[in-house]
Amino acid sequence: MSESTLIPSFVNRKSFIELDGRARAQSLLDEGTGKELVGPFDRIESPWLPMQDVAPQADDGCIVLKGRIAGKPAVVISLEGAFQGGSIGEVSGAKMTAALDLATRDSSAGIPTAAVLLLETGGVRLQEANLGLAAIAEVIASILFLRQHAPVITVVAGTVGCFGGMSLAAGVSSYVIMTREARLGLNGPEVIEQESGIEEFDASDRALIWAIHGGEQRVGMGLADALAEDSIDEIAAAVRTYVLAGKPAQHRSEQVQMYRERIAALDTAKQIDPLTLREQWGPRDSQGGAR
Amino acid sequence: MSEYTGLRGRAWFKALTGDDQPRTGDPGSVLAADAQAGPERALFLCVVPNPDSRFPCVRDGQVGLEEAYALATRTREAIAADRDKPKPEKRPIVAIIDVKSQAYGRREETAGIFLAAAASADAYASARMVGHPVISLVVGHAFSGGFLTHGYQANRILAFDDAGVTIHAMHEEAAARITRRSVSDLERLGHEIAPMSYDVRDYAKLGTLYKLLHVNNPMEPAESDIAEVKQAVADAITDARMGAEDLGNRMNSPAAKETRKAGLAARALMEKQWATA
Repeated sequence: MSESTLIPSFVNRKSFIELDGRARAQSLLDEGTGKELVGPFDRIESPWLPMQDVAPQADDGCIVLKGRIAGKPAVVISLEGAFQGGSIGEVSGAKMTAALDLATRDSSAGIPTAAVLLLETGGVRLQEANLGLAAIAEVIASILFLRQHAPVITVVAGTVGCFGGMSLAAGVSSYVIMTREARLGLNGPEVIEQESGIEEFDASDRALIWAIHGGEQRVGMGLADALAEDSIDEIAAAVRTYVLAGKPAQHRSEQVQMYRERIAALDTAKQIDPLTLREQWGPRDSQGGAR
Repeated sequence: MSEYTGLRGRAWFKALTGDDQPRTGDPGSVLAADAQAGPERALFLCVVPNPDSRFPCVRDGQVGLEEAYALATRTREAIAADRDKPKPEKRPIVAIIDVKSQAYGRREETAGIFLAAAASADAYASARMVGHPVISLVVGHAFSGGFLTHGYQANRILAFDDAGVTIHAMHEEAAARITRRSVSDLERLGHEIAPMSYDVRDYAKLGTLYKLLHVNNPMEPAESDIAEVKQAVADAITDARMGAEDLGNRMNSPAAKETRKAGLAARALMEKQWATA
C-alpha cells in the first residue's frame, strides 16, 4: 500500500479507544439489539464512595448490554476507565457477576449466550477494598462457570489497560483481543517500582512498559489471541469471529503443564528480555499448542 | 504489619499434616501433602517463604510464577485422580493461607504472572465445580493477588480471630499512598467502613467468611488448638458437601445481606431486567 492510501485509511478509521465505555459496548452488538440492564437511570450507586467524599456514578462505571452478536445471544460488560480508573467496587462487581451468571443460566438451558468483557481497569477499587477483592474472586468464579457453555471474550483496547485482580479475569477468559495501545499484567509498573524499587522496574520507561505489557507482546507470546488495530470495525470483527468459534478445546489457564515447563526453563539470573521470550514462546503456541 | 509472614503457614501446615517438605519437582515455597481431615484424606496446600528462590521477588512469601503453577499442578492432579469417583468421595482440598501478596517483579510480569495466577484460581475453582470441597484456612496474611491465586476460590473460608490475621486488597502503606491518605486516616476509615478495615472481625461483617476460629497460640499451636482447628476444617468440609458448588453462599449469608445491600440490589434488578431484555 502506498503512503497516500495508507494515511487516509488511518485518518478515516473509526477509533474504538476514543469511545466511552457505553459506546464501546454498543458498537460491538448487532445494530438495534442492545438493551442496557441496570443502567444509570436505575441509580444503583456505590454506597461507600460518598462516605469518603468521593462522587459516585449512577452506573458505578460498569455498563451491561444484552443483545446479539453475529446473530447469537450475547452480553457485553464494559468497564468505564474514566470513572475511578475502571476499578471494581461492590456494585460494579455485582453487576458483572450477575450478568455472567444469567448468561450461564441461559446457556445451560439451551440458549448459548457469549459474554464480551471490555476491561479497562486497575483492579480493586481501594475505597471499597475488601468488597472489591471479594467481587473479583466472584467474577473469576462466574467466568469459569460460563466458559464451560459459551465463550467469554475479553477485549483490552486501552488506554487504561487491564491490571490487578482483573488481569486474572482476562487470564481465565476463552479469548483475549488487544490493541497495540493496550496493556495487560498483574502489577502495573508504578506498583512494582514502589514495592520493589526503581532498579526492578523504572515506571517512567515507557518503551520497557510496552515491551512487557503491550498488546503486541502479549499476542506475540501467546498470552492473548488477537491483535486488532484501534478500529471499531476490526475489533467488532474479531469479537464476531470468536463468538462464532464458540469455546476453545482447551482454555489457556488450563495449560498448566506447558506453562510450568516454560517457567522452569527461564534463566532468572538476570531480567528476561521480552523479545527473546516472545520468540521462544510465540511460535510454539500457534503451531504446536493445544489451542 | 507482621514481619513473620509465612511462619504461621508453615507451623499450621506441619500441625495439620505432620509434614513440612515440598514435593519433588515443586519449589521450596509450596508445601503439598495428603493428610487426614475428619474421616477422610484431604490434600493440603500452603505457600511459605523461600529465601533461596531463584525468583528474587518471592523470597519473603509472595506468590509468584512457580508457586501458582505448582498449586495448579497439585490441585489438578487431585481432580484427575478422583475423576471417576462419585462426588461424596472426591477428596477435600485445604488451602492454608499466610501470604504477603503476589510477587511484584519484572521477571514475573514479563513471563505473564497474570496467567499463572489465573491458572491457579482456575484449578481451585475447577475442583470446587466438580464437587471437591475446597476449604481455605487463613492463619496469617491473605493479601490481594496472593489470596486470589491461593484460596479465594474456596467453598468455605475459615480464618483465625486474632490481630495477626489480615485479609485485604493492599498493604496499608501502599493503599495510603495510592488513595492519597495518611496511614492513620486509613485506620480511622477502617473503623467506620467495614470493607476498608484491616481487622479480621470487620472482614467477617462482609459475609464471605464461613467461620472465625479462636486459637490460643497461633504461632506455636498447642495440641488442643490443633484438635479444634482440625474439627473446624472437618465441619467445613461436611458443610461444603451439603452446599452448592458456586460461591452463592458468600452473597447470601446473613452478614452479606446486611453489608452488601447495594450489590444484592443490583443483582436482583439485573435478574428482573434480563428476563425481558
